[in-house]
Amino acid sequence: MTFSPRAASWLQATPFMLIMVFLVIVPLVIVFVASFMDYGFAEVIPVLYWGNYLDIFRSRLTWDLYATALRMLVIVWTVTLLLGFTIAYYLIFHVRSNFWRAIFLMACAIPFWTDGAIRMISWVPLLGREGLVNQALMGMGIIEQPISWLLYSEFSVVLVYINMLTLAMLGPIANSMGKIDYSIIQAARDQGAGEWQIITNIIIPLVRPGIAIGSIFILTAVMGDAFIVKMMSGNQVNTPAGAIMTEIAAFQYPPAAAKSVVMLVLVIGVVATILRVVDIKKELAR
Amino acid sequence: MSKIKDKKSSSGISRRDLLKGAAAAVGTAAGSGAITGFPTIWAQNIQNVTLNHVGSVYTTNPLVAEEANKQLGFTINMQTLDTTSQMNRLLAQPETIDIADMGNPSLKYFVGKDTLMPIPINEYKWWDKTLPLWVDGTYANGEQASRQGFAPILSAYYADETGLEWSETPTDWLVSIPLVTNADTFGIRPDLINRPIESWAELFNPEFSGRVALQDGVNVGVPDAAMALEAMGDVQYVNKGNMTIEEIDKTIDKLIEYKRAGQFRSFWTTFDQSVQLIASGEVVLQSMFSPAVTEVRTRGIPCIFQGLKEGYRGWAISAMPLRHVTQDPLKRDCVMEYLNWMNSGWYGAYISRTGYYTSVPDNAKPLMTENEWGYWYEGKASTDDIIDPYGKVMEKAGVVRDGGGIWDRMGNIAIWNTLMDEDRYLVRRWQDFIAA
Repeated sequence: MTFSPRAASWLQATPFMLIMVFLVIVPLVIVFVASFMDYGFAEVIPVLYWGNYLDIFRSRLTWDLYATALRMLVIVWTVTLLLGFTIAYYLIFHVRSNFWRAIFLMACAIPFWTDGAIRMISWVPLLGREGLVNQALMGMGIIEQPISWLLYSEFSVVLVYINMLTLAMLGPIANSMGKIDYSIIQAARDQGAGEWQIITNIIIPLVRPGIAIGSIFILTAVMGDAFIVKMMSGNQVNTPAGAIMTEIAAFQYPPAAAKSVVMLVLVIGVVATILRVVDIKKELAR
Repeated sequence: MSKIKDKKSSSGISRRDLLKGAAAAVGTAAGSGAITGFPTIWAQNIQNVTLNHVGSVYTTNPLVAEEANKQLGFTINMQTLDTTSQMNRLLAQPETIDIADMGNPSLKYFVGKDTLMPIPINEYKWWDKTLPLWVDGTYANGEQASRQGFAPILSAYYADETGLEWSETPTDWLVSIPLVTNADTFGIRPDLINRPIESWAELFNPEFSGRVALQDGVNVGVPDAAMALEAMGDVQYVNKGNMTIEEIDKTIDKLIEYKRAGQFRSFWTTFDQSVQLIASGEVVLQSMFSPAVTEVRTRGIPCIFQGLKEGYRGWAISAMPLRHVTQDPLKRDCVMEYLNWMNSGWYGAYISRTGYYTSVPDNAKPLMTENEWGYWYEGKASTDDIIDPYGKVMEKAGVVRDGGGIWDRMGNIAIWNTLMDEDRYLVRRWQDFIAA
């Protein structure tokens, strides 16, 4: 049996199209429709109701939630970018052996070898009031009273985000760096460029697509997370995703749907802006 | 086909048929539970019945499933789900579940939805032996039990067989089969506090600033907080288990004040988190469930479940068949048989040994030792080791249960776990509290 090239490409695209339609588009449409409905006790009442959106745009809570999320996002992004870039730079340009480079990259994934819930609980004996860090600091005489903001605070949430997400930034940057033709750097060095000049004038412009991809990972991971923030703040820090989770747990689907729609629009907006500034396609095509 | 039939009838009963008949008879006997002493005679085909019971950790437990399958002639398939997943499944795919069990407040989600099967009172064997909290909303001494929050009596009866509305006065239709109840307060670390704790007000005592925790959520955490706020004199309630909008505002505003002042260390969601918080000394006083206290104690860390002068926060769990089982009369019979079995004694004794009360203590009593019964139900000092269902020693001889006997605890309920009428507004304001 033979197909025309046109039919063949349609056939090849069909499985993915079906997945996209039934697992992405249809659920999103349902969420969108539900966001305009009223609700009772664990039921969606199918009448047009603007209250879910009015509540979002009118309430102080929304601003507080997004301010918290944005603050954490900026910190996490900055730190993971610095860490990711530095580690990638070291791995690509300073580790000469491919073997050791692979070993080091694998070591970066060690935090992911255990289950998420166990990882969350194991922060307690480290950061808790009676934890190792406090004991060490008190033992060295640096502090007299244990510091309580190490755990169940915005600090601990940000710390865990950084711990979990640095790899998401490091990976794409290392990938971009790996593709840099070493002769360019050699040429710059021959012309008398210092290491710093090479980084700012050659490497950073060339790894911009990697940074962009990493940033998208960080953005979506932080905005979409309700689990880490809940566990690490002891439910004392609220974010847009956390608010959605709370409403789902109370079976109040329409307001949760409305909040999801707003968040989706915002995240897509930011991602689109990043894609506009940096040409990722060029990077992927190479 | 007819040829074969002819041949069979001509030769009379074959040896093969005889064997089959004998096997069926044995099967029926085993299936009826006659071997284990359960007295109903059943058709052979119940062997093919499988019931899906989806519920909480208190009921859907491998130990219980094993015993149920041993004693009943049909198969019980148990699955434990968290409240959110269970509820979503009950609402979206009720046909995948035959029996559900849940905390009483969750029953409110089903009012008027026609998802659950109303239970004819004459098909449930133990109603007259059930704790009066469910039967007529009273304590053992006949006094009316608290109706603040979701008292069991509020969702005990349906008004009629349609099951669309509840009735606070007894009728012939039960909403659910009561399983378990208990009275909670908070767990404390006596070694880190070093003085008696007697009032809910201690939750907001500045002395424990940054060292208290609450359960996270509007069904348990808010009632606990309301108990404390009322004890402090911060907020007055008409019914703190079902607050008005104004009362919700006052409550949340006060809670935000305490949160900003750094009173709370954490809010826990899971059993393990609550154990971790108090065992590690991160908190010295928190809302807690009884087995979590036991878990801390079995680690050799002192922890007391403290009775308080304002009373306890009560809760109850009950089981209900889904409406669709009525379409299959055989399955429906098996469901009722199973629900009757649940309270016939074995499960009651099992759950009593974990620190909860069964809804029909009279049936559990014969299966418990005098020592166990005295310790768990009568507030007497243990005369020997108290062993949990898994064979672990929970307490040595000479220990009295915190709070005393069943009616010292269950007879002193100040508020029940709840789902308020203004839930929509409360969840909204609870968000403000978490964000503050």
